[in-house]
Amino acid sequence: MSGKSGSVVIEFRDVGLYLGGKEITQNVEFNVRKGEFVCVIGASGCGKTTLLRLVSGLYQPTTGSVHVDGKKVDGPSRDVAIVFQDYSRALLPWRTAAGNVSLALEAIGMPRAERADRIHALLGKVGLAQHAAKYPSQLSGGMQQRLQIARSLAQGASILLMDEPFGALDAMTRQSLQDEVLELAADTGATVLFVTHDLEEALYLGDRVVALYSNPGRIARIVDIPLTRPRNQLSTREEPDFLHLRRELFGLMEEIHA
Amino acid sequence: MSGWRGLIVPVVLLLLGEAAFRVFGYVGDTLAPPSAIFRGFAEAIGDGTMVTTTLQTFATVLGGTVIGAAFGLVVGCALGFWNLLYRFTYITIECLRPIPSVALLPLSLMIFGFGYKMEIAIVGFATAWPFLILTYSAISQVEPRLLEVAKVFGFGPVGTAWKLVLPAAAPRLMTALRLCIGIALVVAVTSEIVSNPQGLGHELMIAQETLRPHRMLAYLVLVGLIGWGLNNLLLWLQTRMFRHRGEVDTEVAA
Ligand SMILES: Nc1ncnc2c1ncn2[C@@H]1O[C@H](COP(=O)(O)OP(=O)(O)OP(=O)(O)O)[C@@H](O)[C@H]1O
Ligand SMILES: [Mg+2]
Repeated sequence: MSGKSGSVVIEFRDVGLYLGGKEITQNVEFNVRKGEFVCVIGASGCGKTTLLRLVSGLYQPTTGSVHVDGKKVDGPSRDVAIVFQDYSRALLPWRTAAGNVSLALEAIGMPRAERADRIHALLGKVGLAQHAAKYPSQLSGGMQQRLQIARSLAQGASILLMDEPFGALDAMTRQSLQDEVLELAADTGATVLFVTHDLEEALYLGDRVVALYSNPGRIARIVDIPLTRPRNQLSTREEPDFLHLRRELFGLMEEIHA
Repeated sequence: MSGWRGLIVPVVLLLLGEAAFRVFGYVGDTLAPPSAIFRGFAEAIGDGTMVTTTLQTFATVLGGTVIGAAFGLVVGCALGFWNLLYRFTYITIECLRPIPSVALLPLSLMIFGFGYKMEIAIVGFATAWPFLILTYSAISQVEPRLLEVAKVFGFGPVGTAWKLVLPAAAPRLMTALRLCIGIALVVAVTSEIVSNPQGLGHELMIAQETLRPHRMLAYLVLVGLIGWGLNNLLLWLQTRMFRHRGEVDTEVAA
């Protein structure tokens, strides 16, 4: 239970959002504490990505407000990093893996001389040290997503937003990346807001799961996940609590989709 | 390289042409057999005119394209970055753009007189608009996700343009350059045929006026070869430069 008693770092205060005259998000109110791993689940188009965009400052709420570290969000901030769902579009195809990580270091104004070591360390962290000179088009999907994660870590943010980062990957790759992300989060003490449409993934990763209703996006339920850490792909998924929560959330999702 | 297959048709056509001349024994002022065209090449290279005039045309093609592309790039970027500017200027641009560059020859001649300047001005005008429009569209087509990446990393307008937008647009800008070089060659040779007394177009006219079809056709073939060569050179460069992207857009052949 990493730091569930920590201070509040992300706050949704009665957030409503209209885009193009349509109500996308309604009355969203919840907090994320320092070091917490919170998963957001819901049907396609229910506004999961929208919540991340509100935290990252890419969208401004129509009503209410979003606060990060006690400050109202009014634009992108260095302390909030985001891993996009579509890694193939979010990476720079003309830069190598090292070059893509470098982009984040250039953004924070790190002198060129210091970058090489940092890039090497970051690529090592996600297991891409051997692939530093490869271009995204030469990397597999899982490797590209690892690269995007390394790039977002480079920013040195304490808040990590992840938008269905493993949605397009096969089951095996997905499981190993899940464990890597848990490890990274534990190592860095980062606060993670993780969007997925995969209920089991949410249970496996999260300290809490926020389930959303669609049209407009509202909070349906917030569920605590009292599973012990570190989690294990085999034993955690067999724990009675896991199975019980899975059944409960499954029922809720059926209700949401109906 | 399996490009040799492309040579089959021209070689067969040349042989057929030669055979036709031998069989029907045509003699006249408009056509010449391939063997005579080869002779025309040899003559024109031998007396030095082919090299001089090729260099003259090359100079105007390059000078004009550099000026036109630079203008198109700067204005196209400005329009791409500031949509307001685009809304203010697009009618003006759409009115200037369709003016046939050759129609400006008299004006250019009055301003600059005969020589390089007037021709470069015409070529510059002809290439500026397509380059501008293609730059604008290349910038508008930059993956929106990359602009968001720039935003979340906190890049300002200059950093965003330099590190994300321009590199992302580069393959399309290269295609624009290829297209413009093709246009430049056409316009340069045309202005030399119509008025400017220099370059390949003028030489072509002289050969025609002095009733030497074999030499005229040699120049005609040369213009074709130059256009083909320039396009291939740029295409090769483009493929090399952007080979890692797996999306080199090579469909627009000038
Ligand atoms: N810029 C926009 N203008 C108008 N509507 C938008 C805009 N962006 C998103 N929407 C709408 O907001 C709703 C929520 O979108 P969002 O991308 O947050 O969904 P999501 O839960 O992430 O879906 P998915 O699981 O498919 O990624 C959708 O109905 C979408 O059509
Ligand atoms: Mg989404």
